[in-house]
Amino acid sequence: MTSPYPFAAIFGILIVALTIASGLIWIERRLLALWQDRYGPNRVGPFGLLQVLADTIKLLAKEDWIPPFADKPVFIIAPAIIMITVLMSFAVIPIAPGIIISDLNIALLFFLAMSSLGVYSIVLAGWSSDNKYSLLGGVRAAAQMLSYEVFMGLSLMGVVLLSGSFDLVDIVHAQRKIWFIIPQFLGFVLFLIAGLAETRRLPFDLPEAESELVAGFHSEYSGMKFGMFFVGEYLGVTLISAMITILFFGGWMGPVLPPIVWFLLKMFFFIGVFILMRASLPRPRFDQLMAWAWKLMLPLALANLLVTGAVVLAFFH
Amino acid sequence: MFSLVRTLWDVFLHSFKPRVTRQYPEQPAYVPPRWRGRIILSRDPDGGERCVGCYLCAIACPVDCIALQATEDATGRRYPEFFRINFSRCIFCGYCEDACPTYAIQLTPDFEMSEYKRQNMVYEKEDLLINGTGKYPGYNFWRVAGVKIGGKDKGQAEREEPPTDLRQLMP
Repeated sequence: MTSPYPFAAIFGILIVALTIASGLIWIERRLLALWQDRYGPNRVGPFGLLQVLADTIKLLAKEDWIPPFADKPVFIIAPAIIMITVLMSFAVIPIAPGIIISDLNIALLFFLAMSSLGVYSIVLAGWSSDNKYSLLGGVRAAAQMLSYEVFMGLSLMGVVLLSGSFDLVDIVHAQRKIWFIIPQFLGFVLFLIAGLAETRRLPFDLPEAESELVAGFHSEYSGMKFGMFFVGEYLGVTLISAMITILFFGGWMGPVLPPIVWFLLKMFFFIGVFILMRASLPRPRFDQLMAWAWKLMLPLALANLLVTGAVVLAFFH
Repeated sequence: MFSLVRTLWDVFLHSFKPRVTRQYPEQPAYVPPRWRGRIILSRDPDGGERCVGCYLCAIACPVDCIALQATEDATGRRYPEFFRINFSRCIFCGYCEDACPTYAIQLTPDFEMSEYKRQNMVYEKEDLLINGTGKYPGYNFWRVAGVKIGGKDKGQAEREEPPTDLRQLMP
């Protein structure tokens, strides 16, 4: 079911994903402001929409400085990795029937693999900066991603069991009757938390933890390299929201409106939830984070898998 | 765990609350009447300059941003030849206003005095002088001071008795 016009799909999704990701900078600032009873950027252009453009010009015009003590090639390649891995994941996201770049039969595994590769960006950035705060951020990222990767995969296996496929298109089709949020509610909560940790969004932003580590792994970055990390983070948020939509909320399915509109609506709802979490939740201590992952989330994910497996075996086999 | 969900909900409810930000250039900020802002030089009710060039403001100024040169006109009235305030140095402490014996120098509720060039922050006497009495409408220094100027001899000021004739014994 790959798109009939592959190049159109590739460029379309690339442009739309990057536009959404950079637009998210504005959306996030406006929403955070709304929830903190402020206005946020509302001066540049209508509703402050051109703020993104102004920020981009500012970032491009800034000095692209590489510290003399940094490991130069690694320092340069680190921000590219995060963009590449996240954008690669977008290749398997089915936005609507026919709007998909590659209909892989192991799309879900591909997504998990790519999000695991993304951690290299952070670790290498922290390492090559040769700065103790950056290194601490990188090490934290590595530990956090490892811990949350484990139950992220496990939390999705319930969905795989119910739909009988790793193919995201098949998973969406399997939700014709009932969205997986209902039989897999626990899986959804676990995936949401793991997704937050994967994108290093605010309750789990320990790798950059402004109040402790200056800016963590990207302390030494400036100009467009910093911009790449920034856009990479927002691309990650978009990706995780899209994955939640596909895996638990029936993807493009919905009445009346065209499929792509449904998909974008659901996706933006979850982006909003991500921003709401940033607006309201405090950052845990690092040992709390690890304890949560291994002592609470992993057993829950395993139990969820066990029960789902038993139910599928007993009633649907 | 439930406290987290409740926090999310409470924060979400802020979507429907009024915003506290005041959109400043469109909605002007409230400035109290005693605000210490842009410094002016006021005039007497009859239109003469109040400043007598006593230098007290320049001495009181902790950042030395006031410069002036006193001179005298034909009638014996002292006035500043030039009076210059460098507002890029001024800290708006109001000591000059406190020091002024003639209520000439006053701070006003105005703070919108941004400039692109630092040089433009230096205000000369013609920029500082206003056509009014400022905060003290009825006050006229030369009418209450016992100084002799043209048109007003000693003893002719308000609430002033004629000077005692030391060569006379009668009270």
